[in-house]
Amino acid sequence: MIRHLLSAADLDVDRATLVLDTAAELANLASQEVKKLPTLRGRTVVNLFYEDSTRTRISFEAAAKRLSADVINFSARGSSVSKGESLKDTALTLQAMGADAVVIRHPASGAPHRLAEWIDGRVVNAGDGTHEHPTQALLDAYTMRERLGRIAGLRVAIVGDVLHSRVARSNVSLLATLGARVTLVAPPTLLPLGIERALGARLRTSFDLDAVLPESDVVMLLRVQRERMNEAFFPSAREYARCYGLDTARMRRLPQHAIVMHPGPMNRGMEIAPDVADSARSTVVDQVTNGVSVRMAVLYLLLGGSAK
Amino acid sequence: MSAAGVPRKRNHDFLIKGARPLGRESTDLLIRDGVIAEIGSGLSSAGAGIVDADGLVALPGLVDMHVHLREPGREDAETVETGSRAAALGGFTAVCAMPNTSPVADSAGVVEQVLHLGLQAGLVDVQPIGAVTVGQAGERLAELAAMADSAARVRVFSDDGYCVADPRLMRRALEYVKAFDGVIAQHAEEARLTAGAQMHEGDVAVRLGLPGWPSVAEETIIARDALLAEHVGSRLHVCHVSTAGGVEIIRQAKARGVRITAEATPHHLLLTDVRATGYDPVFKVSPPLRTDADLAALRAALAEGVIDIVATDHAPHTVEDKECEWAQARPGMLGLETALSIVLEVAFDALGWDGIAERMSRAPARIAGLSDHGHDLAVGAPAHLTLVDPTARWTVDSTSLASKSRNTPYAGMTLPGRVVATFLRGEPTVLDGKATR
Ligand SMILES: [Zn+2]
Repeated sequence: MIRHLLSAADLDVDRATLVLDTAAELANLASQEVKKLPTLRGRTVVNLFYEDSTRTRISFEAAAKRLSADVINFSARGSSVSKGESLKDTALTLQAMGADAVVIRHPASGAPHRLAEWIDGRVVNAGDGTHEHPTQALLDAYTMRERLGRIAGLRVAIVGDVLHSRVARSNVSLLATLGARVTLVAPPTLLPLGIERALGARLRTSFDLDAVLPESDVVMLLRVQRERMNEAFFPSAREYARCYGLDTARMRRLPQHAIVMHPGPMNRGMEIAPDVADSARSTVVDQVTNGVSVRMAVLYLLLGGSAK
Repeated sequence: MSAAGVPRKRNHDFLIKGARPLGRESTDLLIRDGVIAEIGSGLSSAGAGIVDADGLVALPGLVDMHVHLREPGREDAETVETGSRAAALGGFTAVCAMPNTSPVADSAGVVEQVLHLGLQAGLVDVQPIGAVTVGQAGERLAELAAMADSAARVRVFSDDGYCVADPRLMRRALEYVKAFDGVIAQHAEEARLTAGAQMHEGDVAVRLGLPGWPSVAEETIIARDALLAEHVGSRLHVCHVSTAGGVEIIRQAKARGVRITAEATPHHLLLTDVRATGYDPVFKVSPPLRTDADLAALRAALAEGVIDIVATDHAPHTVEDKECEWAQARPGMLGLETALSIVLEVAFDALGWDGIAERMSRAPARIAGLSDHGHDLAVGAPAHLTLVDPTARWTVDSTSLASKSRNTPYAGMTLPGRVVATFLRGEPTVLDGKATR
C-alpha cells in the first residue's frame, strides 16, 4: 500500500479497488454485528482538524474506533493551535506523542503534504483548502459501485462550484483512474480556466445542465456558498438555482437508473431542491454510512492491516 | 566619494595579474586610490597587493536595482550588513534597497538611515529607494523631493511589494519626479485580480488547488503605466517582469519611444510554476513563477534588450515564514549570491561577457542614476570590479550563504561561474571567494 493518502492520484486502479473491496468486507463484518475489530489495537490515530467539520471528524473517529485504535481529537479550537502554534511545531508534538496516523483537515491547500514531511506516521488528507478530499472521492466511488454495480464506463456529471471544490478535484482524479467519464457542469466563472488540459484528456465541461442530465448515470451536486455572489461569481442565489440547481422537474431529465449524490452539507433550495434531496434517487444517507467503511479501509491499509 | 563620515584606512594598491576584462585578452590592472591607474601586460608596482587572476574574467562591479535588505524592522531576516556581504560575494558593488522596511523608507530620515547602515557595512554601495506613497499605503505622495535632496540622493522610487494602484496617483508620481530626473519603479500587479492568489494561474494551480495569480494582473498595469508614462513624458521602470504578455507590451512601448525600462529576475529566467508541486514555499514569490513559454519570452527579451537588466528581488525571509503552509508563507527568494551564476546558465550564449556587463552593471547603474558605477574597466575609472572564474561549478548550500536567511530556491543545484574577488572603490570586499569582513 502507499505510505500516505494525500491525493486521490496517489491511488492507481489496483490500490483504489483494494480500498473499495476492503471497505466492502469491513461493511459486511459490521452488518454481522461485529461492531469492533481488534486490528489497530494499540495504535494511535490523531484527528487534527483546523476547520470545523463535525461530520468528517466523526466519520474518521468512528472508523478508527471500530478498528480499536486509540483516537485523539486535536482540534484547532481551544488548543495551542489557536494560540498561533505553527503546523511544524504541532507536527513535532504529534511525532513526540507517537502518533501512528494523523488525519488532517486544513484550510490551506497542501498542508497535509507539508505535515507528511515532518512526521514519521501516516498522513490522511481529510480535506485541504481547495485542493483535495480523497476519502470523499473513495466513498463516492464506493456508493456508485454499490448502487450501479460498476464504475468503469459510468457517465458522471459533477455540478457546481468546481473552482473552490476539493471534492470535485479528488473525484475527477479517482473516477478517471477507475474508468468513469466525468463532465463538469458549472457557470464559467466557477470552472478553472483550462481545467480539461490541467486535469486530463477525458474530462469534459459544460455550462448546460439540462443538456448533460439525460446522458448521466450519476449527478453529483457540489455545495455552493451563497457568499460567492459577493465576489461576482454569479449574480444571485436565485439565478444560480434557476440555471444549475437540481429540482424535481430537472431530475426527470435523468435516465431512470441514475442516482443523485451530494457530499454534504447541503444548501437545500440552492444547488439541490428539498424533494430531490429526500427522493429515492438520492444517495446522501448511503454516502454517510459508506464514509465510515471507506475510512476504516484506508486506516486499515495504511497502518499495515494486510499489505506491506 | 569616500564613505562619507566613516573613516577608512588609506586605500592599498592592488595589482591584478592576468585578468581577462569582459572575457577578452588577459592583462594586468593596477588599482590605486580607488581608481584603475594602469592597464597593460607586465605591470609592476612596489608594495601593491598581488591578486593572481590567471584565467579569471574581470567585469565591472555588478549593480542590483532591486533588493530587500529588511533593515530597519526585520533584522531577524536580514540586515544591511549581511545583505551587503551576500551582495559582495555575488560580485555586486552597488545595490538599490527597496523601501518596504519598518518604518517604511518614505522620508529623508529613513533613507539616510539606510544609507548610513550601508556605509558602515562598507561592503557595497547601498542606494536607498524611496517609497512613492506615505507608508506605501497608496494614498498620498511621500516627500519625494526631500528624499532626492537628502544625503541618500534618491532617484528611484517604488512601493514595491505593492502596486501604485490609483492611476491618478501614478500619473502624478511619474510627473513629479521629472524635476530631479527620478524614475518610478512599479511592482505591476492589479490587486483586485490577485486577491488571495498563491501562484501563477495555470494548469499547475488547478491541480494543486491554489488560487491563481493571472498574468493579466501584471500586464494590465504595465500597459496602463506605459500609456501614462507616454502621456506625461516620464521615465517608468517595470520591476520583475514575469510574463510573455508583459514583455510584448514593453516591446511595443519602446518601439513608440516611451521612456520605459524593465527588469527580469534570475528566478523568473530559470524556474517555472511546476516547482510549486510539493507545496514547499521556498518557491513562493511575487510575481509568481510562470510557465515555460513565459520563461522563453523573458530570455529572448533579455537577449534583445527589451528587458534591460537583471535584478535579483533578493527577498530574505525567516525560517518561520517559510517552514509552514504554502498559503501562510511570505513570498520571496534569496538571489544575490546566485544571480551571476544563473545568468551565466541561462543567458551566456546569447549575451556573452559584454552583454552580461550591460545587463548587470552598466544598464542598471544608468537607470538608477548611479554615476559612479557601471563603467567599463578603463584607466581613470572607479575601481569597482569583480573577478569571476568562468570554469568553476559550485553547488548551492543554503546553510553556507552569507545572507541571514535560508530561503534559496536553488539549494542543491550545481551552477556555473564563481565570484573569486570583488573590489569596491579599489578595496577588496571579496578575496579568494571569501568576504574580507
Ligand atoms: Zn515586487
